[in-house]
Amino acid sequence: MSTSGIAFPLGLSLQVASIATLLVALVGVPVAYLLATREFRGKRIAEVMVMLPLVLPPLVTGYYLLLLLGRNGVLGRITKALTGSAVGLLFTWQSAVIASFVIAFPLAVSAARSAIAAVDPGHADTSRTLGRSEFGTAVFVVLPLAARGIFAGLALAFARALGEFGATVMVAGNIPGRTNTMSLEVYNAVMSGDTRTATLLVVVFTLVSAAVLLVTNRLVTAVTR
Amino acid sequence: MRLAKRLKGFDLDIGWSVDAGFTVLFGYSGAGKSLTLSMLAGTMRPDSGRVVLDGATLCDTDEHIWVPPQRRGIGYVAQNAQLFPHMTIRGNVEYALGSWPGRGRRARAMTLLDRLDVAALADKRPDQISGGQKQRCALARALALEPRALLLDEPLSALDLPVRVEMRRLLRDVQRESGVPFVMVTHDLYEACTLADTLVVYSGTGAVQVGSPRELIGDPGTPEIRRLLHAMELPESVFGQKHVGQLVPLNRQESVA
Repeated sequence: MSTSGIAFPLGLSLQVASIATLLVALVGVPVAYLLATREFRGKRIAEVMVMLPLVLPPLVTGYYLLLLLGRNGVLGRITKALTGSAVGLLFTWQSAVIASFVIAFPLAVSAARSAIAAVDPGHADTSRTLGRSEFGTAVFVVLPLAARGIFAGLALAFARALGEFGATVMVAGNIPGRTNTMSLEVYNAVMSGDTRTATLLVVVFTLVSAAVLLVTNRLVTAVTR
Repeated sequence: MRLAKRLKGFDLDIGWSVDAGFTVLFGYSGAGKSLTLSMLAGTMRPDSGRVVLDGATLCDTDEHIWVPPQRRGIGYVAQNAQLFPHMTIRGNVEYALGSWPGRGRRARAMTLLDRLDVAALADKRPDQISGGQKQRCALARALALEPRALLLDEPLSALDLPVRVEMRRLLRDVQRESGVPFVMVTHDLYEACTLADTLVVYSGTGAVQVGSPRELIGDPGTPEIRRLLHAMELPESVFGQKHVGQLVPLNRQESVA
């Protein structure tokens, strides 16, 4: 494979990881806020459910997703009806987004939750006594004060989503030109004995991941300083 | 108000009522004074009790009434000022003026900062100013709300003596100008007697005595309260000190114009 041959997998991986990270931010930050600031019935179970993909083998998470997105799964029926396709979202790049989202979610939530919990609760109390609602307090005081920790979590989520393999291969397959992300392409190259392409992909991967970690570390250092 | 709260190793069950003016909660550290302020502000729920301000019930556990802090209109100034570190000083004051239109908000914030002699700090961040300046800014921010009452939790305890003296005078003056009832916690007897129209003494054993500083020192209700109030001898001149400064309008209409 030439250098231009890695363009599709690299572009697809960046697209999938970016959208997955955006979804993680939209859903994960409110979830982290709830877990950090509220006590509610079933909180322990919710915590386990959120963190489970972090400890389960990605293949196992992928299998659950396959059941959910499959012909008889709840999401499968909905997406089949919406897309008109016999397999719904399975074996599409969108299912790779879902896989990356689920796998990266706990990383972002745990980092954001710690950052939110570390904000002096006196600031939130002060904001309320100044007439601001719970929502206003969260948006204008708590989240900005936790922003660096939240962004660090999202950067980690992005790096994790970029390298997602196990769950992705279960739901998106490994279809050249359609769902072959960078990780899958490394696997393909190794399996076909193309070590030159494998090495090139791995180097690109390492550089992108190192850059993400560098950004994350800078954010975390700034938080703890 | 009457409030009861049980925390780990600590029971609070007290009741008192005061008129408008400057009220000081005085007593031993750990007697529940700050806890009382938190429950008045609504940032902590009592296990049982009732809080009534100017005839309006803010909390009544028997009637299941609970007004959240954002709807109480009660200002709160903490010991460490609790200025939002990610905003400028003006940003902090403007934050309390959320419902004001943009230009009016800015002008009002500057009026308040100017009254508290900290207008020059408007563009600074909280970590760039001193403890006394922070308290002035926190006071400006709390007054921006046009509160129905203002709670101050040991606002002077972390300040150097000269700044404390200056701040005492300022607090007294601002209370008189604004007409807002102030309720301040302190464990400094001199401060309590200098500032208080009404003193509420927490004995630490559940008993509370309310009256003017002169009345309470003359007739302490329990041996603990006597021990507290007679811990140091205060000169007669301390009682009823008046430090009324220049009157500056603090109401909305006049300051916008």
